[in-house]
Amino acid sequence: MREKFSVDVLVIGGGNAGLCAAITARRAGARVLLLESATKDFRGGNSRHTRNVRAMHKAATAYLTGPYGEEEFWDDLMQVTGGETNEHLARLTIRASEELGEWMPANGVRWQGSLRGTLHLGRTNLFMLGGGKAMVNAYYDAASKLGVEVAYQSEVRELKIDNNEFLSAEALCSGTAREFNAKAVVVASGGFEANIPWLKEYWGEAADNFIIRGTKHNQGQMLKELLRHGAKPVGNPRGCHAVALDARAPKFDGGIVTRLDSVPFGIVVNKEVKRFYDDGEDFWPKRYAIWGGLIAQQPDQIAYSVVDAKALPLFMPSVFPPVKGGSIAELATNMGLSPPALVAVVDEFNRAVRPGAFDPGSLDSCRTEGLHPPKSHWAKAIDTPPYYGYPLRPGITFTYLGVTVDEQARVIMQGDRPAKNIFAAGEVMAGNILGKGYLGGFGLTIGSVFGRIAGREAARYVAS
Amino acid sequence: MLPPELLKEGERQMTICNACRYCEGYCAVFPALELRRNFTKADLTYLANLCFDCRDCYYACQYAPPHEFAMNVPKLMAQLRTETYREFSWPGIFSGLFRSNALAVSLVTLSSLAVILLLVWLMKGPNVLFGIHLGEGAFYRVVPFVAMTVPPLIIALYGLAVLLVGGLRFWRETQGQLSEMISLGALWSATKDAFGLTYMKGGGAGCNYPDAAFAESRRWFHHLVFYGFLLDFASTSVAAFYDHFLGWQAPYPFLSWPVVLGTIGGIGLLIGTSGLLVLKWQSERAPAEAKMLSMDVAFLVLLFFTSLTGLLLLAFRDTAAMGMLLVVHLGMVAGLFLTIPYGKFAHVVYRYAALVRYAIEQRRVHAGSQ
Repeated sequence: MREKFSVDVLVIGGGNAGLCAAITARRAGARVLLLESATKDFRGGNSRHTRNVRAMHKAATAYLTGPYGEEEFWDDLMQVTGGETNEHLARLTIRASEELGEWMPANGVRWQGSLRGTLHLGRTNLFMLGGGKAMVNAYYDAASKLGVEVAYQSEVRELKIDNNEFLSAEALCSGTAREFNAKAVVVASGGFEANIPWLKEYWGEAADNFIIRGTKHNQGQMLKELLRHGAKPVGNPRGCHAVALDARAPKFDGGIVTRLDSVPFGIVVNKEVKRFYDDGEDFWPKRYAIWGGLIAQQPDQIAYSVVDAKALPLFMPSVFPPVKGGSIAELATNMGLSPPALVAVVDEFNRAVRPGAFDPGSLDSCRTEGLHPPKSHWAKAIDTPPYYGYPLRPGITFTYLGVTVDEQARVIMQGDRPAKNIFAAGEVMAGNILGKGYLGGFGLTIGSVFGRIAGREAARYVAS
Repeated sequence: MLPPELLKEGERQMTICNACRYCEGYCAVFPALELRRNFTKADLTYLANLCFDCRDCYYACQYAPPHEFAMNVPKLMAQLRTETYREFSWPGIFSGLFRSNALAVSLVTLSSLAVILLLVWLMKGPNVLFGIHLGEGAFYRVVPFVAMTVPPLIIALYGLAVLLVGGLRFWRETQGQLSEMISLGALWSATKDAFGLTYMKGGGAGCNYPDAAFAESRRWFHHLVFYGFLLDFASTSVAAFYDHFLGWQAPYPFLSWPVVLGTIGGIGLLIGTSGLLVLKWQSERAPAEAKMLSMDVAFLVLLFFTSLTGLLLLAFRDTAAMGMLLVVHLGMVAGLFLTIPYGKFAHVVYRYAALVRYAIEQRRVHAGSQ
């Protein structure tokens, strides 16, 4: 006989979206229970690795260097998604993001000026003092002061849904089976990027070599449950945000420090010591996401970034020291690559480099000629020892597949009918708005805005 | 010598911080480390002494234990600081006093007390010790003027010399030029940060002290200790001036500068030290370094008893308890001053030097970016 519990609003997932929902629903008077699958130390899902939130604002503030209006925000979103967005929900999110600058501090989050090395976000994004884990800590604190019940190590396995109405959730709480009845449920349990078998359905065995940048708890179990009950999917199921990471990164939860920004300042080869893509196609932040996918298609899903001594100060330091060599051949040996092959590739590249005015801040005129694939910008001969190399692997940040929601965050079920009392927020529904691509700090925006909507609507449903 | 494994661990953690930088807004350590790519012994020494142990970065860290990166910057910094204090102290033979500091401080203080008591007993006898002494020069009838002034002066000058040597060694170790120190702007900036405890503000959030909740209490208690200490120092200086230049001998009336300054300072010290001790008692041990904690507690307890006995002496100076209270108070003062260069007080020197270095560096960065 499993234990039964009953609350007004059950929030599944204790990351940013779930916390915003729980706080909002509790403030509206509902009795709220939040189930977090991680331990207290690892609570917060992928939000613990975030650092800023993109928010619309009409004028510069103490923390933002200038205005960022709805149209510019919308244009940025259109550019990265190529139109794979729901304009109604996207504009709603953008407009509601204006309140976050005040709402988040009202719930304990503190701001700071933008970090060094991220000045390009100083106008558009608000930076949380101490980053995402500090934000998550603040929200848990605020939630508990408001009287939100929180249960850690509580992983929901199954949802009972009948005729588009949520009845109860079955969970394992520190190994004990429990059943939670609630008048409304908010699903805020993230994507499925940590579920390697699921990723294999699309990527095959290559997925074994993927590194998951965030929490190991994003197994997509709730996404699967909602889809099983007929929720309308949204977003490309194959789609995931994959960047190039240092191959030495931990399998899960490596977060920000394992990213590598060296690619545009040298060349990238695969294990057969062949270049496979234009390493200088575009700025790193904008082209950030394509390299994960590119490396995923290489043999054994591994690649090597090669730079020389003059390039080293041009990018953020990596957490792992680079592999070093006094000559290209020595570097190749130290990286386990064929020395004559790497010497040949570097020689060929160096011969193809044309003179130009080097400028890491613009799409400059330093390019190669007669090289395939070419390097279109920032091409400088790799000729200053010592030489450095970093092994690279695909790092998965998040997945795009989600459930469709309406403007009240209600999950859309079969026949395009909204569920009565099932709401979704955060990564599990972000695909409605960000169907493709990546916009820095926008994941938190969607989670915060829809978390608040879901919390408000769930409490309203309970009260009615 | 700093242990090589500690230096290696320091380099490992600072490299992770440098690739993350989320904590940049909390204090000076992070902007300072961002100016570096490698973390040598000199860099670690400097960064460790910039750290005010607010612990904000520990609770904000996505890589704190049980994460496999096992980041614990406050503990690392405290470990490095204890090694710094030891390494830069002088002469080397006394540096062992840092190893079990609480024990060392207690022994030194109790021995001082015993020596003073013994001397008074032998030279003046119990009648003087337990008698009532009133009026000008009352204290000197128990402990002669020369005994009460000359040894403390020597001890204080000795302590000052040791700390100065330590400060110079620190400056040289962190690759500072002597000429750099005479940058008025940097000195002013460092002084403001020291007197205002800027980096206990956590970028506006306060310290995560004693636990994960943000609080301002540690900074205010520290202010009480610091300014209490300064007021007591001022009180002693005024008294010395009265005595030496005006020929007025202690005890001074209740409404005189030495007594008023000393009383306010003493009360500040009592509240401040007990507040900090309570916070330390409650504080989470995970981000703490045991050796530093022992050093902190020893210094705070000694400061507490020095002020307490000073205030008791003031309250009961017209009674038969005065003699014993004076002896005990002098014992505490002697213990305090003897251990000043070999205990927590040393942080004043290294922290200030680190703040000056930081101010110089940041001014250079800003000048460079314009």
